[in-house]
Amino acid sequence: MPAPAQRRIIFAHIDEPGYTNDLPCYLKHGGYEVLKKAVTRPPQELIDEVKKSGLRGRGGAGFPCGVKWGLVDRKSGKPIYLIVNADESEPGTFKDRYIMHQDPHQLIEGTMISCFANNVKLAYIYIRGEMPHGARILEKALAEARAAGFVGQNICGTGYSCDIFVHRGAGAYICGEETGLIESLEGKRANPRIKPPYFPAVLGLYQCPTIVNNVETLCHVKYIVEHGGDAFTRIGTPNNTGTRIFCVSGHVQKPGYYEFEAGKITMGELLNDVCGGPLPGRKFKAVIPGGSSAKVMRFGERYKGKRKVGADMVDYDWGVEDVPMDFDSLGMIGTMGGSGGVIVMDDTVNMVEALANINAFYSHESCGQCTPCREGSLWMKKITTRMVHGEARAEDAALLKSVADQIPGRTICAFGEACSWPTQSFIAKFGDEFKGYADAKKVAKPTEEATLI
Amino acid sequence: MNLKSATLQKIDEVITHYPVKRSATLPLLHLIQEDIGHLPERTEEWVAAKLGLEPINVYEVITFYPMFRRKPIGRRHIKVCRTLSCALVGGYKTCAQFEQEFNTHRGEVSPDGEVTVDFVECLASCGTAPVVLIDDDLHENVDCAKAKSLSDQIKAEARVRSQESGVRSQEPESRIHT
Ligand SMILES: Cc1cc2nc3c(=O)[nH]c(=O)nc-3n(C[C@H](O)[C@H](O)[C@H](O)COP(=O)(O)O)c2cc1C
Ligand code: SF4
Ligand code: FES
Repeated sequence: MPAPAQRRIIFAHIDEPGYTNDLPCYLKHGGYEVLKKAVTRPPQELIDEVKKSGLRGRGGAGFPCGVKWGLVDRKSGKPIYLIVNADESEPGTFKDRYIMHQDPHQLIEGTMISCFANNVKLAYIYIRGEMPHGARILEKALAEARAAGFVGQNICGTGYSCDIFVHRGAGAYICGEETGLIESLEGKRANPRIKPPYFPAVLGLYQCPTIVNNVETLCHVKYIVEHGGDAFTRIGTPNNTGTRIFCVSGHVQKPGYYEFEAGKITMGELLNDVCGGPLPGRKFKAVIPGGSSAKVMRFGERYKGKRKVGADMVDYDWGVEDVPMDFDSLGMIGTMGGSGGVIVMDDTVNMVEALANINAFYSHESCGQCTPCREGSLWMKKITTRMVHGEARAEDAALLKSVADQIPGRTICAFGEACSWPTQSFIAKFGDEFKGYADAKKVAKPTEEATLI
Repeated sequence: MNLKSATLQKIDEVITHYPVKRSATLPLLHLIQEDIGHLPERTEEWVAAKLGLEPINVYEVITFYPMFRRKPIGRRHIKVCRTLSCALVGGYKTCAQFEQEFNTHRGEVSPDGEVTVDFVECLASCGTAPVVLIDDDLHENVDCAKAKSLSDQIKAEARVRSQESGVRSQEPESRIHT
């Protein structure tokens, strides 16, 4: 069976010849019509549509967007803020970049609808510092939208006012974590806050109720308000509604971004049919399905269990290639859909070296507040780097596992989990490679093998 | 601090974007760094005075975020992505190529003052790996050959500039001492 066709609703105009990121082009394609209608409806109705749609956050955690909006404290009398999480920095993820650079008004329209629905008067787009052009494009788009009455004072003549400003980060991954982001937006170090009590919905920006949503999530909101929550549930699969954008990188013939109905495509179809399979003469070895912190999958392993299909429980017995690409299926087999970043490694990759690369990332990015995370990520980096560049010992695998196991659940934010999952899963699935690394090093490396650390 | 008048204007503008002035810390640091090239001594005092903070509040921000720097760098900043997707397809080689072209090491200013080469973490363009950010511009699929041609371009621009500066000295920009 051939792979299903892409279903581009968020990336409808990405890479379309002649489509430009200015307002006239957006208006020509029906831009801001959804906002114009939305501001004439009762805000609660819009929230209900989003709830009905089952939309799950696209930033990584997959938390239902409508539920998140429902948690916002609306009785405090304090202003409610909305922050667009445009920090896009989970390794392997590259989708928000294209929305902001090529279709910024789609994001602004989705953001403004979400602001109106939640009675927000001030919103920020927190964009990572390494996207200076993205920030300028958004600023220009906001100026255009302001001049046309879609942002700022008296939106679409309704008397409702809400401004949006762009705020640039400065190269720290932890600003993607929503409470770290809020601290950063307050002008501080991006040290995540402890929850409870600092749930953004109650005590967020300036200790006011705050909604933080990913760029792609807010674009989906626009689609949902346009077509209705029910229509959205007909895209994708139950509990995994809408489309997902998969960002495929690493060792495939055609890396890139592909938008499919959630759960309608399997890993095998994505990698083989859509991305053209492995490079000539190579074989797939491992894949990380949802950003670098997601647990690795090893080609050849099987996942067995029972799952719900409709009202029934049915047995499943999947290879890596058979796993449907949705939050629930990937969660069921012990990893996650996360941010949609699919990183593929073929048989030229040494898993010790790949892990050393990942560990260097996490140890560089830990904010340092929690001892298990700060020290643990550093130890894991030091051990794996020593294995590659110094002496590798047979007991390193057990040592790495023991360090990794002591981090999750003992930290302020989910970075603790994120930094330990790669080590835990690499050791669990490729433990033989770690144990045998000292011997493997004695053999000369094939030339096609890339340096990873 | 000697800042261009345009920078000062932007600074005053950006402070109005926030209900709490302290939020303007990162934007101010970006603006100063874009103007001067790095964050000179006394930046924390200046920003703190501007925003009604203590210098330590600004200092701890400067030291937290990797993009802020206290020392001048080369004329062009070459940031090569180090993270997995780029490394898998040759990012380390790309970085080595730049280092070789400019006879420099990561984190240092090249002997001719032309570039600083750095490794940075994932630039969110993993599908076109390896990627390199040169100043504000992203370059995709930068294998060794492309690294070489980008380097050649930078060197050619440097030659033109040094010839021009031999002919006429540069117009001084208007700067305001505050
Ligand atoms: C360490 C860490 C890094 C994160 N990085 C990002 C990021 O770069 N972009 C993003 O949208 N969400 C990121 N998140 C998730 C956010 O905390 C938050 O859940 C998300 O922005 C919520 O938006 P959503 O519900 O629309 O997905 C990160 C979370 C953690 C723990
Ligand atoms: S878990 Fe790590 S990143 Fe998160 S707050 Fe603690 S030290 Fe910082
Ligand atoms: S790993 Fe290099 S851009 Fe993501």
